[in-house]
Amino acid sequence: MTSKYKGWKEIAPAGVCSKSSRTFLTGDWKTYTPILDLEKCIRCLICVMFCPDGAIIWVPDKKDIEFDMSFCKGCGICANECPTKAIEMKLE
Amino acid sequence: MTAKEWKFTSKDIANKPDLFLSGHRACAGCAPATVLKLVMKATRGPTIVTEATGCMEVVSSIYPYTSWATPWLHTAFETAAANASGIEAALKIMKKKGRISKEHVDVIAIAGDGGTFDIGLQALSGAVERGHDFLFLLYDNEAYMNTGIQRSGGTPHGAATTTSPAGRAVPGKLEYKKPLADIMIAHDMEYVATASPYYWRDLITKVRKGLEVEGPAFLHVFAPCPRGWRSNPAKSIEYSKLAVETCVFPVWEAVNGEYKLSIPSKVLSLAPQRKKPVSDYLKGQGRFRHMFKPENKALLEEVQRITDKRWQKLLKKCNLP
Repeated sequence: MTSKYKGWKEIAPAGVCSKSSRTFLTGDWKTYTPILDLEKCIRCLICVMFCPDGAIIWVPDKKDIEFDMSFCKGCGICANECPTKAIEMKLE
Repeated sequence: MTAKEWKFTSKDIANKPDLFLSGHRACAGCAPATVLKLVMKATRGPTIVTEATGCMEVVSSIYPYTSWATPWLHTAFETAAANASGIEAALKIMKKKGRISKEHVDVIAIAGDGGTFDIGLQALSGAVERGHDFLFLLYDNEAYMNTGIQRSGGTPHGAATTTSPAGRAVPGKLEYKKPLADIMIAHDMEYVATASPYYWRDLITKVRKGLEVEGPAFLHVFAPCPRGWRSNPAKSIEYSKLAVETCVFPVWEAVNGEYKLSIPSKVLSLAPQRKKPVSDYLKGQGRFRHMFKPENKALLEEVQRITDKRWQKLLKKCNLP
């Protein structure tokens, strides 16, 4: 039998996930989009800690937080936990 | 640098590269994903992670994608602790033979409540008895969420799941939550702790302490699941705060069997008037919706009673009034 795939003796002994999940964009799941009001934001970084998707990034050069909309699933944890209510969830 | 000397600011943590990457396929508002992200921020060097089957294993390793930026291994449901002992033993012998140059490699075993309370308990007990050097992290979302919200040993009393549905005859789960952290202390472990993601500094410090222990360490982390608890995804982290404030899930640590309350719970022990009634935590969760019906008033009182009883028991263990 000829096959272009490797036989069981050649492949790695376990299933190997080779691609980083950062290439799989989950941002299109969301119904609500977070809108950040930078004037209210006190840079406490609580949202960065609690975001389950790592979609909020602290940018040290700009001294601001940034949303990575390609991963945000729109759960609203950031808006709920923000102490100054600087984040608002809007219907997309 | 030990955990006591390790001073960190939120900026230090935010600047540290993620080891649990974005793009995993957890539900929106998944608190276990937050927990894993924070836990991986607390690592101190080369780390190998092994994970039992469960939500976080499934969402982070859908072929051919992986969300782990560290070496990561998955086998069966019951083997998180057995895997960790194998990895640790292999590292030891490879170091002896000079085949790895790293000075020390940390091993973290992660399992959900099904993989710890029920299925993985014997493997965990065995690995702890053999004294392997690893940290066992339990993220407790209080049911088998991955397979469709079946009850587990970690499901609290009265919660409705698909195998303990609330109806006219049976008001949710009849049994009580297994006190697993106390079972682990009975193994004479050096470090056992409970943590909640809302108190993230506390969580990160506890993970670091657990990694520094020479020998097994156990960390029980509370992790609300909006899908299985039928709650608002935005409130996942809020529930992890309310669980501590109502004493449903007190946070404490036990070094060499000596219980010590952590600050969020210690505040409540010193100022009991700040303790909230359990109904604050239960309302808003769909799995406890039936408890607020007039005919189930006794059930609500029973949950309050058992919570107070366990809290008093814990205070006694901590030598507090």
